[in-house]
Amino acid sequence: MRHALIAMRAIVLREALRFVHQRERFIAALVRPLVWLLVFAAGFRAALGLSISPPYQTYITYETYIVPGLCGMILLFNGMQSSLSLVYDREMGSMRLLLTAPLSRAWLLFSKLLGSTIISILQVYAFLLVAWLFDITLPGWGYVAVLPALLLGGLMLGALGLALSSFIKQLENFAGVMNFVIFPMFFLSSALYPLWKMAESSELLHDICAANPFTHTVELIRFALYVELNPMALLWTALATVVFMALAVWGYDPARGMMTRKG
Amino acid sequence: MSLQVSDLSFSYGPKTALEAVSFSVGHGQFAALLGPNGAGKSTLFSLLTRLFVTQGGTISIAGHDLAAAPLSAMADLGVVFQQSTLDLDLTVQQNLRYFAALHGMSGRSADMRIDAALDRLGMAERAGEKARGLNGGHRRRTEIARALLHQPKVLLLDEPTVGLDAPTRAGLTQHIHDLCSDTGVTVLWATHLTDEVRDRDQVILLHRGQVLADGRCGDLRGDHPLPEYFAQMTGARA
Repeated sequence: MRHALIAMRAIVLREALRFVHQRERFIAALVRPLVWLLVFAAGFRAALGLSISPPYQTYITYETYIVPGLCGMILLFNGMQSSLSLVYDREMGSMRLLLTAPLSRAWLLFSKLLGSTIISILQVYAFLLVAWLFDITLPGWGYVAVLPALLLGGLMLGALGLALSSFIKQLENFAGVMNFVIFPMFFLSSALYPLWKMAESSELLHDICAANPFTHTVELIRFALYVELNPMALLWTALATVVFMALAVWGYDPARGMMTRKG
Repeated sequence: MSLQVSDLSFSYGPKTALEAVSFSVGHGQFAALLGPNGAGKSTLFSLLTRLFVTQGGTISIAGHDLAAAPLSAMADLGVVFQQSTLDLDLTVQQNLRYFAALHGMSGRSADMRIDAALDRLGMAERAGEKARGLNGGHRRRTEIARALLHQPKVLLLDEPTVGLDAPTRAGLTQHIHDLCSDTGVTVLWATHLTDEVRDRDQVILLHRGQVLADGRCGDLRGDHPLPEYFAQMTGARA
């Protein structure tokens, strides 16, 4: 067990070091949600009316509504970004080094996932700090209560990225997958507008949004930011984490996954 | 035997890459896995390092069956891949620390082993340099030092001299030969360059996924130079 923990710490530290070396990645991760918050939200505020719905006790501004969705956006983009780095790692060979370590493959992949999730969470807190400076405040305990929600959501989205990376043969193919995964996941969710709003325009779209695991991650974060638990969101997110992690382990199984197909 | 491969077969769909490959390498022996490009060397290395799983046959590393006890087998195996696996943004020492941790070593004991390994490869002065700044020869030395950190019983090197100049190639080949005799580590060195093989080395000649010859280099080549013997064997079956 000591060996496994030493390895996990090293993998997490390596992810942190890599992040420190890529300052532009941090800036991009922060600027993207801030653009949504400060530019898009200003335009959408007039067009979208929001009623009082849980966890909110009163009318809120659109900027306040989209903060949990933008936290989810950071986790989503980082999950995909880290899977992109996995495809790069595989092409550059360093993934081989990791996978030949004398530890179970599931543990090694989980450690990698945990490392990238911790980096994502730090970026979410940096975003929440900037949002606070722009007067978008949340309950004090919400900043603490959201941590487990961010951890689970980050693991779920990271596991999705990990699973995708195991099935992508080459780096060039990744951009297409990003477009077919990130954008539908983000826009077909409750990140930018509540689901009841979506139902007004199309029941089908509403149902798709309701089945989207990212919607449940956003709702889990939204409720946690107001120190409340959304059990359904927790269940869906946990279930999706297990499914995506199992897919990733399956994908990286030398008997089945990309390694064999790559030849 | 430190490394034993029995009746190993592997196919990529309908294409057979290895067919009934068997050989063994004894304790402290330097074995050259000699074969032209496309012979199946890289596939064999992927099977030996568990990046692929065997479709038929068995592999035993330092007495551990790779299929039945993979973690024990991998703990006794050091690998230098053909493609560099260094993290270029990390220093030499950070790269080695990361690897040491993957093998359960940390703190002072890991640092002591890192210092000793770098010293042995003449890389001690470069411990603080980023891997990106190293030349090809120094990167290879770093990778060899790293592969030896956990004191493996078997060391695999997949065409480790590719892209290096002649003096660096000669230096590395000499170093690994010395390592065999000094420490007793078993080495399997994949190459298509015959000048890296000595007469006392074991040669496993792989061609089109099959072992064409297995024995002491001097005995196999007889009076012919090794390049001639190699061309004869692989050309005759081409």
